Amino acid sequence: MTTRTMTPATLNPQRVDSSTVVARTTPRSSLQETWVQILAMAWRALKKMRRKPEQFFDVLIQPLLFTAMFAFIFGGAISGSVSNYLPVLIPGILAQTALTVCMATGVQLREDMDKGVFDRFKSLPIARIAPLAGPMIADLIRYGIASVLTLVTGLLIGYRPGGGVLGCVGGVALTVIAGWSLAWIFAWLGTMARSAQSVQGISMMIMFPLTFLSNAFVPAETLPGWLEAFVKVNPVSHVVSAVRDLFNDGAVTAEVGWAVIGCVIVVLIFAPLAVRSYSRKM
Amino acid sequence: MADLSAVRADSLVKNFGDFRAVDGIDLHVRQGEIFGVLGPNGAGKTTMLRMLATLLPIDGGHAEIFGVDVRREPHRIRQLVGVTGQYASVDEDLTARENLWLFARLQGLTSARAKTIADDLLQRFDLQEAADRPLSQFSGGMRRRLDLASSLITRPPLIFLDEPTTGLDPRTRGQMWDTIRELATDGSTILLTTQYLDEADQLADRVAVIDRGRKVAEDTPDALKTQVGDSTLQLSLADGVDVAMAANVVRLLLGEDPVLTPESGRMKIPLPDADRAADVLIGLREAGLGISSVSVAKPTLDEVFLALTGHGAAKSQMEAAR
Repeated sequence: MTTRTMTPATLNPQRVDSSTVVARTTPRSSLQETWVQILAMAWRALKKMRRKPEQFFDVLIQPLLFTAMFAFIFGGAISGSVSNYLPVLIPGILAQTALTVCMATGVQLREDMDKGVFDRFKSLPIARIAPLAGPMIADLIRYGIASVLTLVTGLLIGYRPGGGVLGCVGGVALTVIAGWSLAWIFAWLGTMARSAQSVQGISMMIMFPLTFLSNAFVPAETLPGWLEAFVKVNPVSHVVSAVRDLFNDGAVTAEVGWAVIGCVIVVLIFAPLAVRSYSRKM
Repeated sequence: MADLSAVRADSLVKNFGDFRAVDGIDLHVRQGEIFGVLGPNGAGKTTMLRMLATLLPIDGGHAEIFGVDVRREPHRIRQLVGVTGQYASVDEDLTARENLWLFARLQGLTSARAKTIADDLLQRFDLQEAADRPLSQFSGGMRRRLDLASSLITRPPLIFLDEPTTGLDPRTRGQMWDTIRELATDGSTILLTTQYLDEADQLADRVAVIDRGRKVAEDTPDALKTQVGDSTLQLSLADGVDVAMAANVVRLLLGEDPVLTPESGRMKIPLPDADRAADVLIGLREAGLGISSVSVAKPTLDEVFLALTGHGAAKSQMEAAR
């Protein structure tokens, strides 16, 4: 403690000069600065992931558990056999898993915002999108892990995708993109909600209808007309269909195009909303 | 620059619903000075600081920092001001070194430069040994030091310190005071809030006293203290001693009336300096007036408040809490 009794002169050879500092200030972060800030925030999120591996629990367990469970329970009833059902189910589970990870994004963002360090981020001259976009980039890893695990579980219980390696890579990539895009909705919810619990609650209410009222687990044609109408406009259905086309046929169909366009639209709407609501909290 | 003010705020206002937390405060901090904002909990000190630091929107009035409009150009303000909060705003999940590196990177320093600065600051704030330990093992004082270090990465010309020593033990407190003085010597302007008169006294060149969102006084610490006397002698007279006679003795010695408290036989005597206490005690003994207890106290924030506002600090704290 006594080592701190140094003379100011040795600490700082130059005195702080306010007028030069004022002259050097900029009205906003440049694009390049913003990118560096986003990467720094992504680095922070990755550090946290490594220190708290328990937050990977949902990413690891859900693909294993749900894939096996749904396959053996519904396989016979819906498609006649487990092996016939897997091509239908695996893309569906992928979409469901991606949405679960999205939910975690919103909840964790909210938790993070309640911490003292967010005061520091607010007081720094950084682009307001950086604290949001940083963790989102780190989350790409989680979507990747969840997607690959689901696919591997499927392969283990007998799924043989007709699209081959390329089709699988395409399907996983599409899932990651879709999950990342939809996560902006949950990030926006995270910035709006009062607490992490309420984010969880609201997210559940959105996630369950979105996954189950889609073609993820059953063919849309078996549903009553009014429900079939909803299922057909549900973006999750389009993502699931697109992933099926990629996995099972290796085909880049119109569905793939629609899914990608849908993702772009979601990001264009919800990323600005999230940033705006976040800056207001700031 | 002709204008030498670091902070110039005119009739700042902040409302939380119906509650007016800051009610038209003017503030003028000169470049290079340490300016103290003194007031009890809930007086509006932190709210005012957060508005000036762009952490809270300004509801009314106008504020400039080094001539830059706080409301119109928040990004510029954030490049000029380093903020150290009442509760350490550092990342609990990172180490001290990682915290500093992250904040440096966010402010545009290269990775190598960020490492050097982090090392320098860790050394300067005596945190090298703990640099790679998780923050959960940090004491309150270490956290504060890291928090302050985080505010100094880009050497901002203006530093806000929100109650920098609240909750610290006396030794750590003294170290924090030294650090703050060093910063001022480097040429930084410092705006600090505090609940302690002695802290304002030790550090500040000028002090504004805030009560219930309003500024009730602004002066040098010395001038503020003379309004309440340098210290106070508190006496309890022995049973049966004539209070009026004792008061007379005091008046003859100091030329001022003692303040009689409601409890019988007790009085408070403001002293120009503590040495005069002995004169009073000797005077009373020579007059044959017995004493049952005696104490000399420095003026507390509460007494300054009483003198300035006519009500105690505790009362306005209670009102703010409602």
